[in-house]
Amino acid sequence: MREFFKELGKNRTLFLMILPALLFFIVFSYIPMVGVYYAFTNFSFDGGLFGSPFVGLQNFKFLFESGALYNLTKNTVLYNLAFIFVGNILQLVCAVFLSEMVGKWFKKTTQSIMFLPFFISFVLVGAFVYNLFNFETGAVNTLLRELGLQPYDFYLHTAPWKYIIVFFNVWKGLGYGTVIYLAAIMGISDEYHEAAKIDGANIFKRIRYITLPLLRPTFILLILLSLGGILKGQFDLFWQIVGNNGMLYDATDIIDTYVYRSLAINFDIGMGTAAGLFQSFFGFVLVVTVNWIVRKVQKDYALF
Amino acid sequence: MRAERSTIVFNIMGYIVISVLTLLCLLPFWLIISGSLSAEDDIIRDGFRLVPQHFSIEAYKAVFSNPMQILKAYEVTIRLTLTGTVLGLFFTSMAGYVLSRKDFKYRDKLAFFIYFTTLFSGGLIPWYIMIVNYLNWKDSYLALLVPSLLSAWNIILMKNFMKSIPDSIVESAKIDGAGEFTIYRRLILPLSTPGLATIGLFLGLAYWNDWFSANVFITTESKYPLQFLLYKILASAAVLKTNIAGNLGADFQAPAETLKMAVAIVVTGPIIFLYPFVQRYFVKGLTIGAVKG
Repeated sequence: MREFFKELGKNRTLFLMILPALLFFIVFSYIPMVGVYYAFTNFSFDGGLFGSPFVGLQNFKFLFESGALYNLTKNTVLYNLAFIFVGNILQLVCAVFLSEMVGKWFKKTTQSIMFLPFFISFVLVGAFVYNLFNFETGAVNTLLRELGLQPYDFYLHTAPWKYIIVFFNVWKGLGYGTVIYLAAIMGISDEYHEAAKIDGANIFKRIRYITLPLLRPTFILLILLSLGGILKGQFDLFWQIVGNNGMLYDATDIIDTYVYRSLAINFDIGMGTAAGLFQSFFGFVLVVTVNWIVRKVQKDYALF
Repeated sequence: MRAERSTIVFNIMGYIVISVLTLLCLLPFWLIISGSLSAEDDIIRDGFRLVPQHFSIEAYKAVFSNPMQILKAYEVTIRLTLTGTVLGLFFTSMAGYVLSRKDFKYRDKLAFFIYFTTLFSGGLIPWYIMIVNYLNWKDSYLALLVPSLLSAWNIILMKNFMKSIPDSIVESAKIDGAGEFTIYRRLILPLSTPGLATIGLFLGLAYWNDWFSANVFITTESKYPLQFLLYKILASAAVLKTNIAGNLGADFQAPAETLKMAVAIVVTGPIIFLYPFVQRYFVKGLTIGAVKG
């Protein structure tokens, strides 16, 4: 402790400079951690943090036994798996093509356009979905009617939404991920390709035997690191696309939308906090595990 | 140069794949623009389509017939974005600088203190109760501004940018008698422009696109930022429309469908407009950060 104060005196300015950040995380991250206690109460706003009746594991028990938690976790994990694999593969394909194709103007323009969705808000994604899929005026139904087919009410069927949600997630991250993979490809020394060319390898062979194997560590690491976050849902994406549509919960409800509904619509604070704590806790276990694996594979890339 | 057959095949494949994906990226934007420029009657009768049947700017006229609401939302968003970006950059870069100082003894402990918040959190509800019940920021701009100022990721990214600045610069400035804050302001900040630009863009974009904070914290309509206003119009105009159909009969035809699309364009406009200019800085900063890991 004395040592700490000595250091504090010596580096007063440095401590002062980092103080706002420390206060920020104390107020918005560490103190709210105490609030996970709500998960073990039957929360009422009158009672507050310590006045609400303690109910032990009852909230968790309910979440498990009603099957809600199983469905939420399944959806969250499966959606994230689809996002990770479809997204990374498409980004990789784009990066490989863009790095080897001719036509500077074309590559520049298309890359800029593919990056555009990253910059727009999820509310606009909601507007796209409305424009495309609403029953009365949606563009998809316009097309169906024009082809002489029956219009389709998307909001009554769960089946199409998996594809719509995965499409818009991949759509939004395509440009960003492509840039990351392009950077990794640019890091590959030209000498490999030159040598292979002299040996008569054509472009497909060079991609197959040089580019892809050299990208494999980056690919695996990006996938592994994303797997650590597999329990974290993208609230913005799901809420803007599906909203509070009870018909579709089975196929589209993730932990994050459930927690939000508990807070803002059902006012079931205890249950919502319990689901959130479940997510945080197992998310934590997952990241630590994944990090442990990454550390074994390649120490430099470990998060901590 | 004689192109090999396989090279030609590869390029054709590439042009097809990249063109299709690019068109898919553009398609939703195109549909919104087309919808906003259509006649309301056409949309009600036939629905949205790629090309307007009758070109019309009625929806935009309607948006600007009573522009106060949108202008007010613009003001809120611009103020929030500017204040949030400047303050956020200031606190992020100070923290990043301290954590990048190799001679600072508690560097690793403090870095972990910040990093840990990305590993475990109390979740949405305790965070919300903290802000509403303990800070009393319900319906306050502070709830839109402060909770988004800092993120552990931005601080770590900043620290990584600053780590590449040679130690000798700090050391020689110290010998010349400069204080820590002066070193940060006069030497470190100017040398960190790529990092500041990248993180500034992240922050600016997050504030501009934020609808969630307003959704949970803001109740007064005049305090709505842009994206939340769009969200409300997209959602509540639908309710409005059914009410009209029930109460007023068919002769009343205020643009509702096309209006939604026009508002979406008006609200997103500045981003699309600024995008070509900021994109290159963004990509540059991103690749520097990514290569360094």
